[in-house]
Amino acid sequence: MPLAALKALTFLLCLLPLAWYGWGAWHDLLGANPVEAVTRGLGIWTLNFLLITLAVTPLRKLTGWYQALRLRRMLGLFVFFYATLHLTSYLWFDQFFDWGAIARDILKRPFITVGMAAFVLLIPLAATSSHFAIRQLGGRRWQALHRTVYVIAILAVLHYFWLVKADLAAPLLYGGILCGLLGLRVWWREQERREQLAGKYQPKNISRNSNRIIPILPER
Amino acid sequence: MKTSTPSPAEITPPEVYARRREFLKTSIGAGLVAAGAVSPAPTFAAPRKFGDGASQRDYAGGEAPTPLQHVTGYNNFYEFGTDKADPARLAHRLKTAPWQLSLEGLVKKPVTLGIEEILQLAPLEERIYRLRCVEGWSMVIPWLGFPLDALLKRVEPLGSAKYVEFISAVQPETMPGVKGRVLDWPYVEGLRLDEARHPLTLLALGLYGEVLPKQNGAPLRLVVPWKYGFKSAKSLVAIRFTEHEPRSSWMKAAPREYGFYSNVNPAVDHPRWSQASERRIGEFRKRPTLLFNGYGDEVARLYSGMDLAKHF
Repeated sequence: MPLAALKALTFLLCLLPLAWYGWGAWHDLLGANPVEAVTRGLGIWTLNFLLITLAVTPLRKLTGWYQALRLRRMLGLFVFFYATLHLTSYLWFDQFFDWGAIARDILKRPFITVGMAAFVLLIPLAATSSHFAIRQLGGRRWQALHRTVYVIAILAVLHYFWLVKADLAAPLLYGGILCGLLGLRVWWREQERREQLAGKYQPKNISRNSNRIIPILPER
Repeated sequence: MKTSTPSPAEITPPEVYARRREFLKTSIGAGLVAAGAVSPAPTFAAPRKFGDGASQRDYAGGEAPTPLQHVTGYNNFYEFGTDKADPARLAHRLKTAPWQLSLEGLVKKPVTLGIEEILQLAPLEERIYRLRCVEGWSMVIPWLGFPLDALLKRVEPLGSAKYVEFISAVQPETMPGVKGRVLDWPYVEGLRLDEARHPLTLLALGLYGEVLPKQNGAPLRLVVPWKYGFKSAKSLVAIRFTEHEPRSSWMKAAPREYGFYSNVNPAVDHPRWSQASERRIGEFRKRPTLLFNGYGDEVARLYSGMDLAKHF
């Protein structure tokens, strides 16, 4: 599939959850407590997109599907998009912009504290997603900054853990998938380190950066 | 043969239907009985609503009850799963007949009763109560039942009985939720004896004029309107009188979060979320939560002198 078509398709697919909640709210399909369904649903989809974004590198390494990397920025921005909607639904439908109550919530309730922290940490990542920002920062600094996504993902899963009343099955599932995605990276890094120590390490394809996480910039 | 859905105009309104049945019952029935064709067995008067003839009283300040579809479609009954749509989806499997309720422990006359015997204990009343869930949503529900005390009196509690423990059914073959360890099964709740005997404490056998739907705790459940919803244990199989404070399933699951009393109190937050406000199902804005769910005039005296933050 040509990249442009793949991107367009991904873009539309990423909008489907939002479309469902919009349609469901309009046609009263979201059950007895639609407000809660929307807030929860937007939170779940933020997590889904976060894990999908973190799956891009493992997917590329395991399948060799290099085009996946070209979708990562869009997926990451959708994480920010859904996180913003999720936060807005909390500020609006839950607190009705009572800033005093919101401040107390952030200070007093650990699940809100970590959720808010995850959101705040997402802002610089979304803000530096353009080619221009990557050039300004330089690849290394940009990469270091964007590694905070691992912290964000851990905070987001923790946010879910501390929110549920008793049934930890769903947060455990998300936690398990996140552990897998982060574990793969640790394992690959460890392999690389061992190869280096054994003197077998040959930096491959440095010129094309194909094995690094640094994004590929279009030719100038 | 073609079956088709009747148009709305063809459907007989329920009240007209009931009147017709009443007419048939009295005229044809009387004729047949007179003719010696049938004996006047009570089952002959079949299409009678469960709550017909029940006295009615509104304890919710005139607020309209929450629509039936929400009362029966959105609730917690962890024996059937932890999603609030699970009970409506799965509780139809619950076996409610035959059903036995055992009254045991520190009582003079322990007894096991069937539903028919329980129904003989007191006349059914319809009571419209507010229900506040610990999760921050609430409903207004027309229950059918009678004060629990009518049942408790029957077994003559001993002087040493200070608490009442409520034990819900466990049916592993019908309840997918009890295979997991989300809570300690059977579901156990408890009240102080004076709370259990309070005139507002209801033994509910129905709602909205009908027999209790299975997802709402058929065939009989507790309703304690000034406490968070989870205190109102469903599908009861045993009521045990004890000397010591029972440990409920929620207290075992999270002792820091769920106390024995669990009175609705906007000033005492759940450790993880605020209890200051609630969303009435069907409404968009939240409303302030009332102390004792608005039943303070009736129940506050039960807790005089107690630190409600300590005895949460």
